[in-house]
Amino acid sequence: MQKYFHNLGEKIIVAILTISGTVTSLTVLLIVFFLFKEGLGIFSMSPVTEGTVIAVNNRNPVTSLSASQLKEISDQNITNWQEVGGLDAPIKIFRLDDITDYFTEDQLGADFEFMPQRINEVVVKDPHILAFFPDEYISKDFGGRQLQLANITVWDFLAGREWYPTISPAVRMGVLPLILGTLWVSFGAILIALPLGLATAIYMAEIASNRVRGILKPIIELLAGIPSVVFGFFGLVVIVPLIQDIFGLPVGETALAGSVILGIMALPTIISVSEDAMRTTPRAMKEASLALGASKWQTIYKVIIPYSISGISTAAILGIGRAIGETMAVLMVTGNASVIPDTFLEPVRTIPATIAAELGEAPQGGIHYKALFALGCILFLLTLIINVTVDLVSAKNKANR
Amino acid sequence: MLLTTVLLGACGRSGETQGNNTEAGGNAPTNITIKGSDTVLPLAQQEAEKYMQKNAGAYITIVGGGTGVGISAMQEGTTDLAMASRPLKTEEKLKLKGAAKDVKEALIAYDALSVVVHPSNKVNQLTREQLERIFTGKITNWKEVGGNDEKIVAYSRETSSGTYEFFKEHVLDKKNYAPGILMMPATGSIVQSVSQTTGAIGYIGLAYETKEVKALSVSYDQGKTFVAPSVEAAKNKSYPISRPLFLFYDNSVAGKIKPFLDYIMSAEGQKIVLETGYVPLG
Repeated sequence: MQKYFHNLGEKIIVAILTISGTVTSLTVLLIVFFLFKEGLGIFSMSPVTEGTVIAVNNRNPVTSLSASQLKEISDQNITNWQEVGGLDAPIKIFRLDDITDYFTEDQLGADFEFMPQRINEVVVKDPHILAFFPDEYISKDFGGRQLQLANITVWDFLAGREWYPTISPAVRMGVLPLILGTLWVSFGAILIALPLGLATAIYMAEIASNRVRGILKPIIELLAGIPSVVFGFFGLVVIVPLIQDIFGLPVGETALAGSVILGIMALPTIISVSEDAMRTTPRAMKEASLALGASKWQTIYKVIIPYSISGISTAAILGIGRAIGETMAVLMVTGNASVIPDTFLEPVRTIPATIAAELGEAPQGGIHYKALFALGCILFLLTLIINVTVDLVSAKNKANR
Repeated sequence: MLLTTVLLGACGRSGETQGNNTEAGGNAPTNITIKGSDTVLPLAQQEAEKYMQKNAGAYITIVGGGTGVGISAMQEGTTDLAMASRPLKTEEKLKLKGAAKDVKEALIAYDALSVVVHPSNKVNQLTREQLERIFTGKITNWKEVGGNDEKIVAYSRETSSGTYEFFKEHVLDKKNYAPGILMMPATGSIVQSVSQTTGAIGYIGLAYETKEVKALSVSYDQGKTFVAPSVEAAKNKSYPISRPLFLFYDNSVAGKIKPFLDYIMSAEGQKIVLETGYVPLG
């Protein structure tokens, strides 16, 4: 009887473990699926702000405009139809709010019931007009010509250099500056954190006395517990002016400031994980090396580091992971200008900072919302690539040993 | 991120012994929901807190999210009052008409935007056209507007901010910001950055002005008159970069919210406006 219960208990525990493992894996897969489903939706959408009609007069020879031409026109950098393949005449922009310049409220009707008709009149009358208005006010016998814009392509999205997700009448979704910004900042962070972290880990694992180690370890662990917004504030008040002074820059909010802060934030992870890995080196191996006449540094370099390389790789992955996905600290110190940086001393905008700053305002299901999810997909793929690469490298190292 | 829900109903309990309220029906429990502009949010919170201390039984729930959010919630009937940092757009009026809403507006205060630079900057005044050219990236050096030979570093808020939209519409003439503009997550960060960057320029709410930054005088008539930002200048409308703050409501709930609106308009309510850093009506 007791044995029966014993077996039953074991079975229940096994069942619970199996279920929780399955559920967790499924949840992760579902999250990834959801991310990509929402993100890829952007490539079937037109860049025109939802429900907006872009129309010209019938006699206008221009039949299509690109999203970038529309932006230049609303910025008044393009002011003549000739520049977009039309006649030599100034472009007259008409927005819905301008209707009151053409008609009185009486003419529009008490409930704006004459609105479609009035807009039609405006568009038909002026041969050089470019009108933007909501599609519910397009009249049945609309006398102008509607312009359609091509959908956003993968190439436009990935290689575009302009990130204007909220402008009307057509948004510009180019994420190249954001991807490069993220890579610059993360690369800089790991360049700073990895050598420093490894040096500290070697010191703590092999060189420091037990007393020093007992003091250092809790201090470094304390560093891991500081919230990222505090790091961001520290960065903005201390690191940013420091960088500005040292390099004599007009502005201190740069990729380098982000890298320094992220480097500091990644340090505790890199130190503790690689130190633990080094301490697992068998005593026999170290003593054998020393007995053969190797110096302390030779032992560290030839025995301990190769033995713990997979642990060190893991430390690096976790460090990069923290750097690439970090939001708040970066949002505060990198300046968030969406331009492609040439050096570490220029402002950059990263993917996580963009998502954090903009998701709150993006209407659900809209093009901006989908673009932010697509950015999430890119971030996911970036970390995936890094993880796989490091896995391959450390597997190869193990095989060589 | 932008949703700050405040439910301060419990605060009213302690102050209720002070006797009868003057408003009719003040003791009957009323629930008011308010939604909309993040600019109006801190003011509405202060007003609601004080109002609930005086009126036991009044429960006011306030949610931010932005002017557009508040107005669409009012259209759907999910909020009583919509906070707004700009008048209704023609499109919104049309939509509200479509939803059979008889919308009333209550102007509760003004907010002025100051254009600020580093205190060491020689430049004291700019025209609207110069500001437009700076923020759209056409002017990049201070010497072009009478300052030292130094690169201009322009700071803006993030796109989710109503201030960003307001500045774009009223100062940039609806043109887009240059891509090289630095975007800061909060007004406080702009103040901090401008105070430590000699070539910086940024825009902030009047209430955020500190000694670490210098506010510029602005001209909207091609440089004939320059006006420095101040509560007085915003009040008499001589300072051009100011905006009205509104509460919108449907006429069907007018009876329920009138005591609260009256409180905001009272001398005491307008004192809170000034204390919160905005410009009172009077």
